[in-house]
Amino acid sequence: MYRWGMVIDLDRCTGCQACVVACRQENNVLFAGEDEAKLGRAKFWMNFISEVKGSYPDVRMHFFPIPCMQCDHPPCTKVCPVEATYKNPEGIVAHIYPRCIGVRMCISNCPYTVRYFNWHAPSWPDEYKRGRNPDVYKRRKGVTEKCNFCIQRIRKAKWNAKREKRKLHDGEVIPACAQTCPSEAITFGDLNDPKSRVLKLSKSRRAFRLLDDLGTEPKVYYLKEGEWDDG
Amino acid sequence: MDSEAIARKHEKILAPMTRAGRMFWATVIPLAAIFLWSVFAFGWQYRSGLGETGMGHPVSWAFYLVNFVFFIGISHAGALVSAVLRITRAGWGTPFGRAFDLGRSSRFYWVALHAQFKSPLLWDFTCIMTYFTVSVIFLYVLMVPDIGLLRERFPNRRWLYRPLSLGWTGTEKEWSTIGKAIGILCVAVIPIAVSVHTVVSWVFGMQTQPMWHSTIFAPYFVVGAIYSGIAAIIVVTLALRKVYHLEDYLKPYHFNNMGLLLLTFTLLWAYFTFAEHLTVGYSGGSAEQAVLWSKLTGKYALLFWIMAVLCFVIPFPILIFWRTLPGLLISSICIIVGMWIERYTIIIPSFIEPRLSYVRGDYMPSWVEWSMTAGLAAGFTLAFVIFSKLFPVISIWETEKEEREKESNPR
Repeated sequence: MYRWGMVIDLDRCTGCQACVVACRQENNVLFAGEDEAKLGRAKFWMNFISEVKGSYPDVRMHFFPIPCMQCDHPPCTKVCPVEATYKNPEGIVAHIYPRCIGVRMCISNCPYTVRYFNWHAPSWPDEYKRGRNPDVYKRRKGVTEKCNFCIQRIRKAKWNAKREKRKLHDGEVIPACAQTCPSEAITFGDLNDPKSRVLKLSKSRRAFRLLDDLGTEPKVYYLKEGEWDDG
Repeated sequence: MDSEAIARKHEKILAPMTRAGRMFWATVIPLAAIFLWSVFAFGWQYRSGLGETGMGHPVSWAFYLVNFVFFIGISHAGALVSAVLRITRAGWGTPFGRAFDLGRSSRFYWVALHAQFKSPLLWDFTCIMTYFTVSVIFLYVLMVPDIGLLRERFPNRRWLYRPLSLGWTGTEKEWSTIGKAIGILCVAVIPIAVSVHTVVSWVFGMQTQPMWHSTIFAPYFVVGAIYSGIAAIIVVTLALRKVYHLEDYLKPYHFNNMGLLLLTFTLLWAYFTFAEHLTVGYSGGSAEQAVLWSKLTGKYALLFWIMAVLCFVIPFPILIFWRTLPGLLISSICIIVGMWIERYTIIIPSFIEPRLSYVRGDYMPSWVEWSMTAGLAAGFTLAFVIFSKLFPVISIWETEKEEREKESNPR
């Protein structure tokens, strides 16, 4: 059984935000527009957070990409009254859009606030329509959506491997964010594979996880030299 | 005494049911207009999505949830207080009972309205539905003897009263059956009513959001619900007393006792609020502290302190030193408004300051949310007014029974 995980090396990250764009293209994440974004309706399956901490002379710049943490103990799945979201056997926190009734309890119980809601029916500009990814499920208004490690790519790769009667090898399946990162800061792979790069990096002494003390056991690791504080 | 004599004796209770004067229409028409406007707002939102509200990221629950907690609190406190008074045989509760129970009549309307968006946990839904069923039965059983009387009294409304009275004629056997049924329902309604607001609080308490994740949330919410519920009952009974001239039945003595009950809950509420905030302030983590200070001195300070003034500073001295009818009215209105703000300051600040502090957002309610809030309040009142025209607001048979008991053992 696979157990998908991700490592994001913040010492390599240049803050170019290509991962955010690639994710939006791959997963048909609708852009909100200026007015809606002001109301907090912008969706970023892969979000990019930047913040200036402290004041002169002790100033630090925090910036990092934040996808869904794909927790091993996800707080979001247990609060759903209709089981529209669940952790699949490969450890991905998946969301069944047609079953979602839009109570948004998963959104409010996600300590990383990486779940997004469809406040309106989706509408695409005509120029954009032909560029949409046909492999991705459509989301109607009133449902929640989130990063799923590009589950459509994983599924496709597994079909191919199954046809050839073999297991996926390390690096064969790669989400859009990792694929596009110019400085190769994002590594994706199987945490159950003892030889995988992602497992090795996750055990690095630079590795940490966001809000680790909550016991959510995220499968997204960050690498950073020196101290890190969540706040 | 035959039914005709009883009816003549309690003419004052029955009188409002026969008249529909200018005051009635002056109340009903604006209320109905506000309610219909909220139906339109709901339709608008249903068509174009929840985007018509002011909600966004990270404030994904807002006004509707505040209303949900607030109105459930008010309506469920009614049944609870009524049942407790009955069990403890507090005779002074009789005139209030019917008005308490009324609290729930408009409930189904908004559960149906909100269920599709708001239905938080399955427990919540289950508890509310169980509670709704039991409390409707409770209210109904308490009314059966009176409906029997009404059936005889108003021949032209027989289409309504005849099926509802279940063939009530007032024989010995019927009285003993209804006595038993009321006894069972009284005991059943208390744990169910407590469970409803407990589970409402757990919708928050079970989450990881800072300042929701608190062990005292369940009793805190139950106390808050009963607190606002008693205040609402006082306002309603004072209004009924004035409008329907029920001064003979609702005496200052009754209101004095209600005032003492309200005073008890003022203290309980203040105690819980103090305990909750002091614990967080003294030893809470950084995420909790952020929410706490946004309430005490930050963005929500104004609302928070208005709440403190309305829920404690104003009603507390009034209820101690000036427990008169105007005093009760002022403190009850303060408490109702204050408790709505309390629900708001519990829900919104935790969203604005989520655990991962990089995510920022703001919330301003839209016209749809204001309309729905006004519509809920209007619908609530409207259902009340209509109910009071169809059924007596004070239980005739219980008043009668009490008088008879007083005659048989005068103390």
